[in-house]
Amino acid sequence: MRYLFRTQYRQDIALWRHNGDRFWYGLLAVLILIAPQLLGEFYIGELGGVFIFAIAGVGLMLLVGYTGLISLGHAAFLGIGAYVNAVLLSHGVPFLLTLPAAGLFTAVCGAAIGRPTLRMSGLYLAIATLAFGSIVGTVFQKWTAVTGGFDGFAVPTPYVFGIAVESATGLYYVAGAVLAFVLWLSANLLRAPTGRAMVAIRDSEVSAQSMGIYLARYKTLAFAISAGMTGLAGALFAHYVRFLAPDSFDVLLSVQLLTIVFVGGLGSLRGAILGAVFVRLLPQFIAIVRDDLPFGIGRLPGLEPALFGLALVLVILFQPAGLNGMWLKTKAWFQAFPFKRQANFRRQKSYAKSERLK
Amino acid sequence: MILFQANDLSVRFGGIRAVDSVTFEVRQGEVFAIIGPNGAGKTTIFNLISRIYNSTSGKLLLGDTDFTQTPAWRIAGLGIARTFQNIELFPNATLLQNLLIGRHYHARTNFISEMMFLPSVRKAELRHREKVEDVIAFLGLERYRDSLIANLPYGVRKVVELGRALSIEPKLLLLDEPSSGLNVEETEGMGFWIEDIKKDLGITVIMVEHDMALVNQVSDRVMALNYGKVLAMGTPQQVQSHPEVVKAYLGGEVEGAA
Repeated sequence: MRYLFRTQYRQDIALWRHNGDRFWYGLLAVLILIAPQLLGEFYIGELGGVFIFAIAGVGLMLLVGYTGLISLGHAAFLGIGAYVNAVLLSHGVPFLLTLPAAGLFTAVCGAAIGRPTLRMSGLYLAIATLAFGSIVGTVFQKWTAVTGGFDGFAVPTPYVFGIAVESATGLYYVAGAVLAFVLWLSANLLRAPTGRAMVAIRDSEVSAQSMGIYLARYKTLAFAISAGMTGLAGALFAHYVRFLAPDSFDVLLSVQLLTIVFVGGLGSLRGAILGAVFVRLLPQFIAIVRDDLPFGIGRLPGLEPALFGLALVLVILFQPAGLNGMWLKTKAWFQAFPFKRQANFRRQKSYAKSERLK
Repeated sequence: MILFQANDLSVRFGGIRAVDSVTFEVRQGEVFAIIGPNGAGKTTIFNLISRIYNSTSGKLLLGDTDFTQTPAWRIAGLGIARTFQNIELFPNATLLQNLLIGRHYHARTNFISEMMFLPSVRKAELRHREKVEDVIAFLGLERYRDSLIANLPYGVRKVVELGRALSIEPKLLLLDEPSSGLNVEETEGMGFWIEDIKKDLGITVIMVEHDMALVNQVSDRVMALNYGKVLAMGTPQQVQSHPEVVKAYLGGEVEGAA
């Protein structure tokens, strides 16, 4: 067991709680840096995809897991980020400008959807954001002058400090850097008044208001920040797929993003990453075992969405804290070894308020 | 000196006058208790003062400031803090975070500097923490500092909610049934906190309370309500022996009853 002996208040707001944290996260960073030397191009590409979805997952986590607002329209933000980035690049704007521009523009769009839906929550908000998603999808299809419509849009190669990001490895490093940046921003926000205001809104709106929190401002802000981060992910996603088609940003993608947040574990940044790993690697896993499954199950159409749905149901029923909860429990088991406490591993039945969809 | 005034305050919900031309004033540094049977309109008055409800007519004054039209989220900024009858803490946050949310009105940093956690944000956070630690020490909550509210017993949550209200550094504290759900011992403790808040911190308190022992112990003046109307006002003894109050609680003859 590790006992933290704290003698200064600054220890409580530090990003790393102790040297153990620094060591393990440092080791992880080193592994991520040298991974392209160890793994093949295919796996690095897949990991890049995981990073991109983790960025969007962190953005959605701030909205769903921390502010308690739901969104079924985040694929639209991903799409807006992707198209803004690709269109600006094709006009010759350098990538180091188009990437933040995509994030900022998407953040403005997020504020624009956050503002009129202020009084909505739960299912009503889900439906409103779903409608927003399909409107944006239609715009992608019909505004052919900009998006190319169903002909698609070829994404130009980005240059970072004069180096072309063409290979999977290049995108892997760029996405990794953006993910680290987004995580840093989020962790900072969450240990500051804005992050606490978001948590307050999630847990009790009436008392948040009595604490001096202006709900309209913070809900709009949460939407903007969440959308902005998803827009950054979208900009990178454009390079990941290399060719934008308007129908790739549909509701299924929104559900996938939401799956990241729920399976990962609401109210945890680590959960967003674990969820992204799960959502991106499950299809790969299915592809690998597909041919070895008995009775031709592997060739059934719709196997993938069905498994996603099954995973979501199982997690919500048996592990409301998600993969992050499993991780914390496993860690607790090893820390307390051999004094396992039955209560730690009992099936959890309490739900965070945001999961109940008021 | 008069700190708070409610002038001719009324609110109607459809045909029901939940609060009917209630006028009262609270002096600086006193504990003012509102009593009355269930449904008398006590909590409704609190919701009017904290601007969760809009009053149909009447005026609310804090010092010289008229806040009858001020939005609910600015009330904390005026220096009015409140607790809730059924505890409205943030259950999935730690005690420390709950108290820090109480400091929200004092936060002067914007979200961009917060996202980068600039030195100014760090400094402000440390200052808030110091203030919050004062409250924790005042209420003796040290051992629960890092516990999630969801894991704390009811009695402790009640004290935490008091602490969160104190973190606002209010001039006026509204306590909605501070002893409800507490056992005898905890109620006694709550009585001591309220006395300390008045004497040591110099905060004026308005409380809604059913426990007459607690009302007698801490309050300077009492207002009794029934059906949204003021029945009596005065010292605890005066109000308790007032014939109208006795009738409201124990039931008297009802006019026109068969």
